[in-house]
Amino acid sequence: MIIARLALQSLRNRAATALLTVLAIAVSVMLLLGVEKVRLGARQSFADTISGTDLVVGARSGAIQLLLYSVFRIGNATNNVTWKSYQDIASRPEVDWIVPLSLGDSHQGFRVLGTTPDYFKHYKYRHGQPLRFAAGGPFDDLFDVVLGSDVAAKLGYEIGSRIVVAHGTGRVSFVEHEDKPFRVSGILAKTGTPVDGTLHVSLEAIEAIHIDWQNGMPVAGQTVSAADVRKMTLTPRAITAAMVGLKSKLSTFKLQRQISEYSAEPLSAIMPGVALQELWGLVGTAETALSVVSAMVVATALLGMVTTILTTLNERRREMAILRSVGARPATILGLLATEAVFLTLAGVVFGALLLYTSLIFLKPTIDRLYGLQLSIEAPTAGEFLTLAAVVLAGLLSGLIPAFRAYRLSVADGMTVRT
Amino acid sequence: MTRVETLASATEAPGIIKMSGVRYTWPGPRGFCLAVDDFAMMPGERLLLVGPSGSGKSTLLCLLTGIVRPEKGVLDVLGADIAKLSNAARDRFRAEHIGIIFQMFNLLPYGSVIDNVVLPLSFAAARKSRAAKSSSAEDEARRLLASLGLAASDYEGAPASSLSVGQQQRVAAARALIGRPEIIVADEPTSALDRDRQQAFLDLLFSEVEAAGTTLIMVSHDEGLGTRFDRVLRLDTIARANRNGGAT
Repeated sequence: MIIARLALQSLRNRAATALLTVLAIAVSVMLLLGVEKVRLGARQSFADTISGTDLVVGARSGAIQLLLYSVFRIGNATNNVTWKSYQDIASRPEVDWIVPLSLGDSHQGFRVLGTTPDYFKHYKYRHGQPLRFAAGGPFDDLFDVVLGSDVAAKLGYEIGSRIVVAHGTGRVSFVEHEDKPFRVSGILAKTGTPVDGTLHVSLEAIEAIHIDWQNGMPVAGQTVSAADVRKMTLTPRAITAAMVGLKSKLSTFKLQRQISEYSAEPLSAIMPGVALQELWGLVGTAETALSVVSAMVVATALLGMVTTILTTLNERRREMAILRSVGARPATILGLLATEAVFLTLAGVVFGALLLYTSLIFLKPTIDRLYGLQLSIEAPTAGEFLTLAAVVLAGLLSGLIPAFRAYRLSVADGMTVRT
Repeated sequence: MTRVETLASATEAPGIIKMSGVRYTWPGPRGFCLAVDDFAMMPGERLLLVGPSGSGKSTLLCLLTGIVRPEKGVLDVLGADIAKLSNAARDRFRAEHIGIIFQMFNLLPYGSVIDNVVLPLSFAAARKSRAAKSSSAEDEARRLLASLGLAASDYEGAPASSLSVGQQQRVAAARALIGRPEIIVADEPTSALDRDRQQAFLDLLFSEVEAAGTTLIMVSHDEGLGTRFDRVLRLDTIARANRNGGAT
């Protein structure tokens, strides 16, 4: 009891350095846990992007590529799906619903998606949440557009704003569909998914703005006015991909195989969940790198602690000689120093966790708004507790360095401090 | 006849410390070596050991208190050959039976005076129960401090480092005396004090040691203190020291 009390008093005597040590460990632990939180948050919002869709169908390609261009709107499709094939798949008995996706145009760097009003009914994210309109409603007129929340917020559009869509998906575009402007009919609520950065128009609209184009350029002298185009039949010739919902999950594999073996054109059908897993496997390396870096920071903080204890060791040789003279064994002195290291690490871990949760509570809305990252504020998971325990263990192990030195010194010093 | 017999049995039996053929070398390249051929002390004896610095006083005390173990020889303390005890057992032995007073810096500066005094008791169960026999160990500490001339108002509520050097030495004496260990070892306890304080400190120490019947061994370079002791011994008459580990 007295030994413990004296050890605490000794630590209090060195309060300034002890506090700095605890702070360094706390910040490193906060980083370690924070990186873990961001990692899980990123993975979660990744996995939350699409839900309730059983298959995504597109031209034959790799699963990840199809997922990236259809759901994440990253990259471009290698090929299209003909309208006939789309209708063919749509008419299969297993299919409950099907939503076409037509990509290829953009507006100020945001992708334009041609689809049907069913999209707003069937696209689900984060455990089956449907899309909600923050203002207005789905497209009704041929030249109506529904904006994702980021598009509206960043470009300052409101219901009724007029928009010109550019051909191609580059951020800077030289060819615009300026003869056929769109009117904003609805703005979607924030989802934290790529939907936020998408402009939604009807499939017919996509067809309409390209009707007088050939090979990616307007054909000179053949312009069709916006008024004229309304009178034409606007059945799309092809789409980029389609999201499919099935009546029964059991038929997923069967339909997937049938689509893959579709004879009229080479198609692929992927299960979004499986492709997400595959994609995450690729990103995993970066994740590991992040974790390694934060682990290094913790190691640095612990090294700092070892250094601090080591530098105070010389001043404390007197203290150890006194303890030895009253009968303390060198092992007791070793234990005392190791306990001190564990105590400092433990304090750092607790303080760091508190620091993280406090900043999470304050920063969560901002992070969500700026990065669309949903960070969960939950009690540490078993894995996180294990990480923290590992930090404390590392603290103990590194504390053994000064402890063994003290042990050797106290054996050599005996009762008098030898220099 | 009877007289001779008594003398003979006196040298034979209750010697509280007996050293013969003891030799120790400190580890390291400049290993200091000390050899003690024959040295003994009677129970209750008060011995002053005199020698200049570097003559091996500290090494002798380290041997007597079991901090280091002799390489060879017999080192009998209180009837136990502590040269044969393990490191841990010697540490326990020291905690139970020996009180130590250093020259200076005796106290853990941040600790309270009472904590400093009762510190040895956490390593020594028998001493602890002796100290706490009439009341608590803390009360015994206060009693000892009072009889050494320290009032509670001198030390309550302040760390040990706030005391003067003379007061700190008296606290150190109280720590050595608490729980009545059989032997007190003092390593130049008065050299940091001025002449008057030296005398006052020794007066207090001696009265406590006498009251408890404790054996006292004190080392000093100051032969002038000798008059108060039962015996004064020059260290070089019992021990040979060698700087390079070459003592024979």
